[in-house]
Amino acid sequence: MSSKEPHHIVSYATQVKVWLALLLLTAATVTVSRIELGALHVWAALAIASVKSALVIAFFMHMKYENRAFKYCLLAALVTLATFIGLTFFDVLYR
Amino acid sequence: MNEAAHHKDPTGDRFGMWLFLFTELLLFGGLFILYSVYLARYPEEFVRGGEELNLVFGTVNTVILLTSSLAVAMSVTALQRGKIRLTLWLLASTIASALIFLVNKYFEWSAKIHHGIYPNSPELTARSSGENLFFGLYYLTTGLHGLHVLLGGALLTWVFFLVRKGKVNPDDFVTLENAGLYWHLVDLVWIFVFPLYYLIL
Amino acid sequence: MAEAFDASAPDYRGFWVNTSGRSGLYSWLFTTDHKRIGLLYLYAIVGFFLVGVLLGLLLRLELIAPGLTIVSAQTYNAIFTLHGVIMVFLFIIPGIPAAFGNLILPIQLGARDVAFPRLNLFSWYLYMTGAVLALTSLFTAGGAPDTGWTFYVPFSTQTTTNVSLAVFAVFIIGFSSILTGMNFVTTVHRMRAKGLSWGRLPLFIWALYSTAWVQILATPILAITLVLILSERLIGTGLFDPARGGDPIMYQHLFWIYSHPAVYIMILPAMGVISDIIPVFSRKPAFGYKAIAVSSIAIAGAGSLVWGHHMYTSGMSDMAVLVFSFLTFVVAIPSAIKVFNWITTLYQGSIALDPPMLYALSFILLFTIGGLTGLILGAAGTDVHVHDTHFVVGHFHYVMFGGTGFAFFGAMHYWLPMIYGRMYNKKVATAAWGIIFIGFNVLYLSMKIVGMQGMPRRYYDYLPKFQGLNVIATVGSWILAIGLILMFVNLFRGLFKGEKVGVNPWGGASLEWTVPSPPPPENFDEDPVVTHGPYDFKGAGVL
Repeated sequence: MSSKEPHHIVSYATQVKVWLALLLLTAATVTVSRIELGALHVWAALAIASVKSALVIAFFMHMKYENRAFKYCLLAALVTLATFIGLTFFDVLYR
Repeated sequence: MNEAAHHKDPTGDRFGMWLFLFTELLLFGGLFILYSVYLARYPEEFVRGGEELNLVFGTVNTVILLTSSLAVAMSVTALQRGKIRLTLWLLASTIASALIFLVNKYFEWSAKIHHGIYPNSPELTARSSGENLFFGLYYLTTGLHGLHVLLGGALLTWVFFLVRKGKVNPDDFVTLENAGLYWHLVDLVWIFVFPLYYLIL
Repeated sequence: MAEAFDASAPDYRGFWVNTSGRSGLYSWLFTTDHKRIGLLYLYAIVGFFLVGVLLGLLLRLELIAPGLTIVSAQTYNAIFTLHGVIMVFLFIIPGIPAAFGNLILPIQLGARDVAFPRLNLFSWYLYMTGAVLALTSLFTAGGAPDTGWTFYVPFSTQTTTNVSLAVFAVFIIGFSSILTGMNFVTTVHRMRAKGLSWGRLPLFIWALYSTAWVQILATPILAITLVLILSERLIGTGLFDPARGGDPIMYQHLFWIYSHPAVYIMILPAMGVISDIIPVFSRKPAFGYKAIAVSSIAIAGAGSLVWGHHMYTSGMSDMAVLVFSFLTFVVAIPSAIKVFNWITTLYQGSIALDPPMLYALSFILLFTIGGLTGLILGAAGTDVHVHDTHFVVGHFHYVMFGGTGFAFFGAMHYWLPMIYGRMYNKKVATAAWGIIFIGFNVLYLSMKIVGMQGMPRRYYDYLPKFQGLNVIATVGSWILAIGLILMFVNLFRGLFKGEKVGVNPWGGASLEWTVPSPPPPENFDEDPVVTHGPYDFKGAGVL
């Protein structure tokens, strides 16, 4: 098997666009934090952080161009962490 | 040794690196589990703690890391296109960003410690429980993250020299990709640390 | 290359011949051959197991009578802590994956090695470093840790014994486990031979694959928990200190989020060994192959949902007690599925009671007993009566020792003749098995009974009414020890001096049985092409 695999090259333009989006989202998250949201506050922050992460993972980390196995495995890891946090809250919220 | 007989498998190498990144995700995840529980218990005190953190340092560091991620991502493209000098410049700027981040962190922590805010300090212990927990988690999380910035910077420096020597090149660059993946993880962790600690207003 | 490894030559020794260009010891210490690394692990693991057994025998000697018998209370606490740390982190968790996974997985996949051979060697060095540090903690500074292997706060953050060093040692061993997991998952995904689809993988591979995922996803939580203990002890962060708002129950959550999946790291590879042995010694394909394969993944997944069943009496919410108790019953189902499929595989098979099969059959019995007592513990109502008694200790020794331990012994008797190229005395091996089986049950059944009667665990002392069963248990431990000595002596004598075996001494159909005994350095002369399933004895031409 040759070491030359057809490997997608991400253009500089795409990368810069992603970076600009990330900066915008950073500004957004700072702005949103100043709005009185009460308990929703953390969820808003996490939502924006998740979008930023998705961009970094998909484009900077190349996940968009990898095969399905990569994506399923990432999903497994994320679901695992979410489960750990979620089940812990069955204790914490009901004490 | 049987190394030479091994067929190269860059996809496999990247796959292995992603598996390692999952372990980092879960490692920091453990600290986030603790954070989420204590935030739920002491919401106002966490806000008070957050207000004491320096938003300027936090935001500047966020922009530095995002830009450094851009630089290392571009370095992969540059190497794939055979632009070795550009690759080296981009890598150097990523490493420089790591250093600036760490210097900022040093100033940030020094200021806090100077004001008596550090784990188990008399000043901190006199404060509310929630603030104690907030700052305990703050130092642990940003400390662990800072350690990863240092390691990532060292890793990228090593790759820099490999590119210079031609060992990492347009035909064999998975080492650069993997170092980049590690750096992006450092960025990803901070993407969550920033709002959860600095913007908890 | 091929002539040096002519399997028909009388002096053929396969990978045991040093081709690395380095002298003797260094050809082992700097090897990247998965078979040599597997053996490095095997020797270390067996060595640490024996240390753990010694500590266990000391515990039993102390417990032969109430009150102070041979050691002080403090020393007793240290002994059961180190017994737990060594057995859990140096024997049971790495045991089958690190020794037999490394020896067999690449060959079963038709590969020449694992995906990352140098990382594999590094894993072994991490294991050895952590092991040495753990043993060092016995002797240095404040004395051996006395917290139990579970290191619960607040005691672990306050005791002056050497908790920090022990915890750091476990941290390092954890990284060894993580790297092994990464290596195996990548190898299974990327290096299967042509024709070796997922549906033709030996069940041992399915088991190791599921285990590897748990190693990757759960071990980091242990790592951060250990870092937190160090942080509490060394810089006083107070994250579990109630006086500063911390919650000691959160420590237990974080600890068990890893340590419960850890028991699946322990048992899944063992089940994989059994799943491989039973078809071969029944001369029948595995019944319910798909069910067994999927149940491995299911156990790995569901096993990550039940950690709270270690914490019913900790003070966590009633809602959590309910949820974790329910989920615990769910995870028993895929395990039961395996047992039913193994038994059905045996049905109408041509049973050969060679030593590997004896260990496999007794595994099914002992694991089932352990598993059923696990349900008593998993049901919150009954757990309240037996929590922290010797009933728990009996339960987990049935599953971890009667289960994983016996599977480890079975794996030794099954695969090591192929690795060493020689056979042990089967009659003596059978006798050793019998003695081990008897000693094991005398020891641990007594323990369960005395636990049900109310004897607490982790105490050097107990009420006089419990003495009878404790004496019986201690005698059981001596019988067990004799059996173990006989087993190891017979095994290693045979492997180094016994009759030579040729290819495929047991008539297996998976790829590891197509190579000579011992295998050549690169396992296969040419990359194999697989045309039949792993238990298709007719297709493999061995029926």
